[in-house]
Amino acid sequence: MKDILIKGGRIIDPAVSRDETADLLIRAGKIAKAGTKPAADAIIIDAAGMVVCPGFIDIHTHLREPGDEEKETIASGTRAAAKGGFTTVCCMPNTNPPLDNAAAIEFVNERAAETGLVRVLPIGCISQGRAGNIITEMCDMAGAGAVGFSDDGSPAATAVLLRHALEYCRDLDRPVMDHCEDTALTDGAQMNEGIIATRLGLKGWPAAAEEITVARDVALAEMTGGRLHICHATTAGVVDIVRRAKEKGIRVTCEVTPHHLTLTDEAVIGYNTDAKVSPPLRTRKDIDALIVGLKEGVIDAIATDHAPHTEVDKLCEFGYAPFGISGLETALASALTLVHAGKLPLELVISKLTCEPARIIGGHNLSGTLKAGEAADVAVFDPNLSWTVNTREFASQGRNTPLAGQKLKGRVMATICRGELVYSDDALRKESL
Amino acid sequence: MVKSIGNPAPARAEEAPVWRHEHVLDIDDFSRDEIELVFETTTAMKDVLARPIKKVPTLRGQTVVTLFYEPSTRTRVSFELAAKYLSADVSNLAAQTSSVSKGESLVDTLATLESLGANIVVMRHPLSGAPYLASRYVNANIINAGDGWHAHPTQSLLDMYTIREYKPKLDGLRVAIIGDIRHSRVAHSNVWGLTTMGAEVVICAPTTLLPVGMESPQGQYPKVAVETDIDRALKDADVVMMLRLQKERQQGGLLPTIREYVRRYKLTPERLKLAKPDALVLHPGPVNEEVEIAREVAQGNQSVINKQVTNGVAVRMALLYLVAGVKL
Repeated sequence: MKDILIKGGRIIDPAVSRDETADLLIRAGKIAKAGTKPAADAIIIDAAGMVVCPGFIDIHTHLREPGDEEKETIASGTRAAAKGGFTTVCCMPNTNPPLDNAAAIEFVNERAAETGLVRVLPIGCISQGRAGNIITEMCDMAGAGAVGFSDDGSPAATAVLLRHALEYCRDLDRPVMDHCEDTALTDGAQMNEGIIATRLGLKGWPAAAEEITVARDVALAEMTGGRLHICHATTAGVVDIVRRAKEKGIRVTCEVTPHHLTLTDEAVIGYNTDAKVSPPLRTRKDIDALIVGLKEGVIDAIATDHAPHTEVDKLCEFGYAPFGISGLETALASALTLVHAGKLPLELVISKLTCEPARIIGGHNLSGTLKAGEAADVAVFDPNLSWTVNTREFASQGRNTPLAGQKLKGRVMATICRGELVYSDDALRKESL
Repeated sequence: MVKSIGNPAPARAEEAPVWRHEHVLDIDDFSRDEIELVFETTTAMKDVLARPIKKVPTLRGQTVVTLFYEPSTRTRVSFELAAKYLSADVSNLAAQTSSVSKGESLVDTLATLESLGANIVVMRHPLSGAPYLASRYVNANIINAGDGWHAHPTQSLLDMYTIREYKPKLDGLRVAIIGDIRHSRVAHSNVWGLTTMGAEVVICAPTTLLPVGMESPQGQYPKVAVETDIDRALKDADVVMMLRLQKERQQGGLLPTIREYVRRYKLTPERLKLAKPDALVLHPGPVNEEVEIAREVAQGNQSVINKQVTNGVAVRMALLYLVAGVKL
């Protein structure tokens, strides 16, 4: 393994409040001590004007394998991750068959070892068969490497199921990650409930449908002492509920997606199926509350909810289209629009993509920092480089994004995972000593 | 694509308007002049229909396909006759009897119809926005004959044309639309059309059947008055539009019983007296007599329900003629 020297970049390592222009040397898969001399054959990356930070950790990714390999595979999804600066992705278990037992978790581990480009940490189901009745063999799955539990795509079906899950895995130190949705209120719903839905004649998905379930979950987390993680928060009301829960000391963490932070339900106008996502894109007022939530620490992490679909899946009537946005390759640039707009500090956005998600999933050799001796998971990005989203160039098989054709500012230039250069942009200047 | 946001009516142009709509998907992007042009063309078509031989060669050699994914009698027949009076070749495709039921996608079905020579496709679909998808993937002109809860532009145009036959102008008229507004494409298109023409619209229904977000339309929807009390909605109305109540709304839990709906919202002869004495009564049909409207009112001398049906053919002839004139 060759040394990699990242020269002259602005190193931002939020876990240790580091922000300085310096060189970063990677040797034998680890971050080298400051002052270590690179080997003669080191790969040198000219990072002048760029940000060098820990590799991003996505705690909410759909890799679709096994079962939906025409949408994505572990191979294609991890290439998309690398292109987006992610060195770790936690894959959701709503595959076919679902990841609801240790053998299924091991299958993902093996496929990731054979075909994956970045770290893949599987999440196991809460309920057997994702059927919403009986909890899974969580201990067995944790032993096989599951880092959390979720029936994502659907909520934990009943309060009693979630209660049992939170209680049962309390000593596993793994979060139960809930997709919060009252499915009776969202029956047939296509997009955020409001004037845009009225105008388009589409059935609305009220904010309350999400908030009711978040409130239920928080009450159960308080009762059980279990670790609850709220997936993809989208409304101002969710931020309020989670804020109050954290103030009471309830063990709850929360994530938000780049698309919910930057797009509103107006993106659906024209019946754009690429803007159809669950939970749906909300309003400006919700976005403002989510941004405040990130700043205050109510929302711990930015996660992509990368949900790839084929072109044919989305080329249909709005009501027939599946929910989901392919997000790994635009996540950073989307989040940076908030930095460029002066709404969030750069260091905070990086923390929400690195050390904060590392804290949520805990352990697993992930620190989300660049401290000497840590595994070398590094992202290098140019925060000011403008580019146009061309989905034909996606590494993901899923080209379903409402950002297609849009100009974004901020581009990943290189990604290093476990000390290996797993992605570099064509425009990146590399040289040898 | 939805082309306009907010009230789309531009200032009245000096010269005669030029028809620019390759498709008729909704009337939210129609200007006042364009709606007037539809009216003028409709009047010309009514003259054709008054002739002993009601046929003109306008669309000779053109193929019109009606593609209906939802059952309909009057709208489909209305379009079919309109196309035939214009000498087009007409083919009717009902979703239940075609390969649609075998899972062929909408885009593929349209490509097939186009390969078969369809120049104009008249589409009815249970899902909102389906004709927008269609318009993006074919060269044929698409006319929306009703999509989900979204729009029914030809119904709105024929409703407005019918009103115009009795009232000197739509500007300033008070129009009450009463019934299941939330799920009514007829109501939505009429709200757009009537407000564009300067009418004052009040919508009225129990709150469970009112659309969401009307209090703050945010430029995304025309400003209308909202009422839950039918007597207040009817007060001084020039026009009363009643909507059909779908029985499944009660089954879906939006209404306690049909009985209570009837008690609260049926247009009775007594209630109609709250409107202006010369108020018109419209209904897009088919009518549930004694549910949303008393038979006596539906058949009464203020009712123009049958006129609507007759005018429907002429309006659709006008639209077929106008879209066929837009070459790609």
